[in-house]
Amino acid sequence: MKKTVLFEKLGFFSLGLAGLLVLSVLIWIIGDIFVHGASVISWEFLTQSPREGMTQGGILPAIIGTFLVSLITIILAVPLGMFSAIYLNEYAHQGPLVRFIRLSIRNLSGVPSIVYGLFGVALFVRFFHLGASILSAGMTLGLLTLPWTITASEEALKTVPKSFRDGALALGATKWQAIRTNVLPYAIPGMLTGAILGLARAAGETAPILFTGAAFFVPFLPKSLFDQFMALPYHLYILATQHQDIARVRPIAYGTGLVLIALIIGLNGIAVFIRYQYRKKARMAS
Amino acid sequence: MPNLTSKTPSHDPSGMIRRWRRLQDKLIHRFFQLNGLLSILILLGIFFLLFADGFPAVKHLGFQAFLTMIWNPTSFVKATYGLGAMIISTMMVTLGAMVLAVPIGLACAAYLAEVAPSWIREILKPVIEILAGIPSVVLGFLGIVVIGPAIATIFHLPNGLNAINGSILLAVMSLPTIISISEDAISSVPRTYKEASLALGATHWQTLIKVVVPSALSGIIASIMLGMGRAIGETMTVLMATGNALKTPHSIFDSVRPMTSTIAIELGEVPFGSDHYHGLFVVGFILFVMTFIVNLIADMVLAKYQEVER
Repeated sequence: MKKTVLFEKLGFFSLGLAGLLVLSVLIWIIGDIFVHGASVISWEFLTQSPREGMTQGGILPAIIGTFLVSLITIILAVPLGMFSAIYLNEYAHQGPLVRFIRLSIRNLSGVPSIVYGLFGVALFVRFFHLGASILSAGMTLGLLTLPWTITASEEALKTVPKSFRDGALALGATKWQAIRTNVLPYAIPGMLTGAILGLARAAGETAPILFTGAAFFVPFLPKSLFDQFMALPYHLYILATQHQDIARVRPIAYGTGLVLIALIIGLNGIAVFIRYQYRKKARMAS
Repeated sequence: MPNLTSKTPSHDPSGMIRRWRRLQDKLIHRFFQLNGLLSILILLGIFFLLFADGFPAVKHLGFQAFLTMIWNPTSFVKATYGLGAMIISTMMVTLGAMVLAVPIGLACAAYLAEVAPSWIREILKPVIEILAGIPSVVLGFLGIVVIGPAIATIFHLPNGLNAINGSILLAVMSLPTIISISEDAISSVPRTYKEASLALGATHWQTLIKVVVPSALSGIIASIMLGMGRAIGETMTVLMATGNALKTPHSIFDSVRPMTSTIAIELGEVPFGSDHYHGLFVVGFILFVMTFIVNLIADMVLAKYQEVER
């Protein structure tokens, strides 16, 4: 009997160790980037362009580039994701078509990011003649984000009780009026959370923008959406592997990594905060 | 006295507004339906566009050209388009990642679902979410600056950019997927199963290993497949950390160049419309089909498991 108790203790202990290992991996990743990157961060680093073959100066063009591309991503992915979710959750009847749509969504979320890159080259850069540009890269990332925004929006719609819809319909509202006045207002915070999480994912992606618009070095800030651009993740890739003096730019690479991680964790934090506020409000209302 | 019995309100004498509303509602319905079909359209679009852009190379070079081992389209002597070494590299790095990630991921999932007190869960769950959000380029960078030198020192190698480095990074990337889906599967095993086992005198540990985990097996398998799909398709980490040598790998300490890296390295430099350009789309198409199959299997296993649940 004693042996089984010891065995159980050992078993649970090793499971706990696995949990501890996962925690320490994250601490190691963030810690290493923070320790080596923090000393580089300064006001100049965030507000100046790279100088002298990227060995000096800051990363402003990369920050602006990532911001602009993310903007295009959001403009494309959020409305389309919302509309798809509204169809799936409010209008569609269960059947082969809906099952096929859901299968497509799940599969799209598993398509490798480099394949989205190839698709972006073939569709936006070549077929629509948008060239390698902010617009092409943003739309490629928008397609990549779409499965996430659809899923998040649908989950938000599901949290709205059926009685909200029934109440409006019973008063003579049409289906769309019921959705617009009694469903969407309550689902918007959840959709927003999903949109921000999707954005955080897109902002960190490198492979899809490699050939759709990201540039090694652009001496000026982008003037239109048809310009090439610098982006934080691509800049880190360049500094880590393609620069002719890798050892000398290592601190700048660490600084870029830190800004990128801070941006993504910051976006995640905002999403979690919105979700928290919204749940608190929902709890108080019910 | 106002007319209370009138069925048609005075401001809509012929039912115009009502009819307009109904039409409007129908149009809105159609609008959302079109949007719903978008996902199918994109998936088919990816399939056909990759196929259409890869086909010229297959037509010109013959399919056999792709069945050889070595990929070297820019050779001055004889251009070769073999996918063999690339596919073996992808498999090798992915397999290595799974060997590391599956035991750790499953143990962590079991811990979260069955053992951990709620305050630890409150910490670990966001940790896993943040881990899932770490950009692959950052992990690739750490592969170069930390893991590479560490591997080189431990195994006395000239440098640490090789398959095992990629495997370690891919393991980190697929852990969140494996943990969160397995944990869902383990948590949704009905309480009654556990209670029956405990009532028969089994310890908590025996119950976990012999009852709970087997009941959650299809969900666990799906989580592994999805993690694997992620590892196969991951680009930046392997591009940065595996050394990119164009040869058939013989051990996990060899430098390798998986399919994703090959596309990432070469697409920027090939002349548009050349065999090489279209050849890269063939690589992309095969990569797409591979991940599609892995995801589809995961999907079927999950569907089966949900069926059992009901």
